[in-house]
Amino acid sequence: MAGGSWGPTKRLVGTAVPLMVMVLCPLILPVYWILVLTEVLIMGLFAMSFNLLLGFTGLLSFGQAGFFGAGAYVTAIMIAKGSTSVWLAFVASTLFAGALAVVIGYLCVRRDEIYFAMITLAFGMMLYTVAHNWIEVTGGSDGLPLLSVPELTVLGLRVSLLAPRNMYLLALGVTSLGTWCLRRLVRSPFGLMLTAVRENRERLAFVGGNVRRVRLAAFVIAGGLAGLSGSLFCLFNAMATPTFLHWSFSARPVLMTILGGSSVFLGPAVGAAVFFGLEQVTTQLTHNWMIVLGTILVPVVLFFPRGLLGTVLDLLPKRGGGRG
Amino acid sequence: METFVVNILNGLSWGMLLFLISIGLTTVFGVLGVLNFAHGSLFMLGAYLCMQVMRVFPSFWAGILLGPLVVALLGVVIERWLLRRVYGRDVTFQLLLTFAVLLILDDAVRIVWGPGFHVVEAPAILGGIFPLFRHSYPVYRLFVIAIGPVVGLSLWAFFRFSRWGKVVRAAATDRAMAEGVGIRVPLLFTAVFALGSWLAALGGALAAPHQSVSPSMGDRIIIESFIVVVSGGMGSFPGAFVGALVLGLLESFGTVFAGRTQMALPYVLLAAVLLVRPRGLFGREG
Amino acid sequence: MLRVESLSHSFGKFLVLHDVSLEVNPGRLTALIGPNGAGKTTLYNTVSGRFRPTSGRVFFEGRDITGRPAHKIAPLGLMRSFQITNIFPHLTVIENVLVPLVLQERKAFSLVSSLAREKVLLRRAEEVLDRVGLLAAAYRPAQSLAYGDKRLVEMAVVLARQPRLVLLDEPTAGMNPEETNRMVHLIKDLAERLGTTFFLTEHDMTVVFAVAAQIFVLHQGELLAEGDPQTIRSNRRVREAYLGGSVDA
Repeated sequence: MAGGSWGPTKRLVGTAVPLMVMVLCPLILPVYWILVLTEVLIMGLFAMSFNLLLGFTGLLSFGQAGFFGAGAYVTAIMIAKGSTSVWLAFVASTLFAGALAVVIGYLCVRRDEIYFAMITLAFGMMLYTVAHNWIEVTGGSDGLPLLSVPELTVLGLRVSLLAPRNMYLLALGVTSLGTWCLRRLVRSPFGLMLTAVRENRERLAFVGGNVRRVRLAAFVIAGGLAGLSGSLFCLFNAMATPTFLHWSFSARPVLMTILGGSSVFLGPAVGAAVFFGLEQVTTQLTHNWMIVLGTILVPVVLFFPRGLLGTVLDLLPKRGGGRG
Repeated sequence: METFVVNILNGLSWGMLLFLISIGLTTVFGVLGVLNFAHGSLFMLGAYLCMQVMRVFPSFWAGILLGPLVVALLGVVIERWLLRRVYGRDVTFQLLLTFAVLLILDDAVRIVWGPGFHVVEAPAILGGIFPLFRHSYPVYRLFVIAIGPVVGLSLWAFFRFSRWGKVVRAAATDRAMAEGVGIRVPLLFTAVFALGSWLAALGGALAAPHQSVSPSMGDRIIIESFIVVVSGGMGSFPGAFVGALVLGLLESFGTVFAGRTQMALPYVLLAAVLLVRPRGLFGREG
Repeated sequence: MLRVESLSHSFGKFLVLHDVSLEVNPGRLTALIGPNGAGKTTLYNTVSGRFRPTSGRVFFEGRDITGRPAHKIAPLGLMRSFQITNIFPHLTVIENVLVPLVLQERKAFSLVSSLAREKVLLRRAEEVLDRVGLLAAAYRPAQSLAYGDKRLVEMAVVLARQPRLVLLDEPTAGMNPEETNRMVHLIKDLAERLGTTFFLTEHDMTVVFAVAAQIFVLHQGELLAEGDPQTIRSNRRVREAYLGGSVDA
């Protein structure tokens, strides 16, 4: 069935080993790289949530940053109001972003592809406008800085998130959990519905599938997960700013996914790593990041539509059918 | 009473600018089936180039002539070398490409002219004020209100009655058929895209004296023109006209009556259209 | 079983169907024939929920289904195939069939269970594939199959939910004689064994006269004639309008 021909033992090892490596690497890496990796993880989760829409459901959304930023702001506001539980912040951010996605999604899934792209861009920017202008709540264009980052309470231990290593491990934990959830989702009957919508929504309707409802569900899950990654990002940066909701920020998961490959589950994660690698190189040369993104996106779309991971996997011998 | 009239005029002048931009967007979509995400950037480029031309030939008319022409040429480049390669493929690729162009152009503008804003003066003939009741109203805005329908009607007449217009409409309706009767569709597509770009840039050049020229011009206009074309119906001229005017007036009256929530009005319009009539006022099904 | 009452449909100014009334009875394999442009596909489209007819009513098993959207008609037991093969190209053959099954078992929003563990669904999917003869290709991507086999995939998809009435829009279109033969035998076999009522449109008269118990003739949007194959064959108006004399198939 879909997912490859690895037996359960091989799969467990295949997951456990990289995970172990990732848990242990802060012991040997300099702080700078730990910080970079943390950002890669957080944005990787964001990109994977985006790809639930693009790669699996066939929907290109240019407004996911709206949900990401919403999650960030919820966390920032909660902490500003004195909340000390990081877990609560995560839950609240995810739920709020998900709720926003229900409302906005209801309007967006009524139309297809091109319109969907336009409308998600528009509503994403609507959220940006709210964040930018609602000074009382969001602090306006300056954003909301976290005056103090709460301690994380895990299994009775109190851990300070100011240490890069701890922040990294938290990000790793949340991202792994998010990825695991996405993996299960994609392999579930619902996951089949998603790919059915992407492949042939007319056929799906004629066998009894409610296309709108499936799309809405995907949109809400993607939005919720985006909110979760936003929450992490807020903790990582110790602030929430309106930039997190701007369409140029929405461009990130788009680019990461296209770079890595939307047809492969881990494509966006690979894309996130590549993206940050590129950033390391280019920020030394120029401050103008968007033009670099755009210039890279063009040849990738034209010549490597399957992305890095997608193209590599295409070159390997086939493992038998799959919905990728 | 006067404020009412002033609001109407403001709404109309902004609406006409929106109309010019939206017409370009909707025409390109109607004929090529392409949604140009970079359309707002072309608008912005039109404004900047107009400004730049005016630094060399201190004439607004020179700016409004040359700026959009250069952008039209850029449109040719974009269509011919980028878009043409993805016509056969999934619509996602086309969206991603125009999005990439948007990223490039937006930053390019920032690099060349800096992140600040610039002021462009309206030409002397149009620079004055028109006495309106006890107030005065900028002549330039009245000019914009007049220009809108002129351009709109000319385009409509062109597509409706001229031979070239009919050729374009044929190619838009059935590409294979058009090619079958010998119409050189690829060339046509390039021409239409160039026209769309030209219109966007014209809008930008006209907007330059109307509002300050800055790198965030493109952002706002693209969202608003998206809302206009979705509300009015994709590919529809009357739709773009009505949609643009409605949005312009809504925003104009909104500043007075809705205070800060005025910002949300365009989105409220979008939401309302999507709920009640998803295909837009004049749009066709599907 | 399926009753169409005074159905008319126009696209803008073009009247494609005019006052068509017909009834399909359970257990009788029924065919809809007519020259190109007669309105056969439009009739199917209005019946199966692709669009709402301009006027008239459609009843399925006594229930008024006029204008209902497609996804609300399938669960009632009415399925259709398309003239141009409509399947899920990048999914495997078995996944294609699992889609309607998941929907039937109301598991569309089952978010956490693994599809690979749904033994009941998998077994039923395999049964359906076996019935159309595609079990061997179950794990191949649907688009890698030959044209004729792809149409069989669609047949499997359509049959998965065990519908009581199946509308087949030109099931043998584009098939070579051997594939056509297979399809005909399959349809007859399924009708007999499963008790499914088939309502099909066809251009190939040999197919029609080989399988149909009841035939409706559509011409320029109107019902020209109806009856059993013998009646239709000898109907002069039908011969003039459509068969053009080459009736002895």
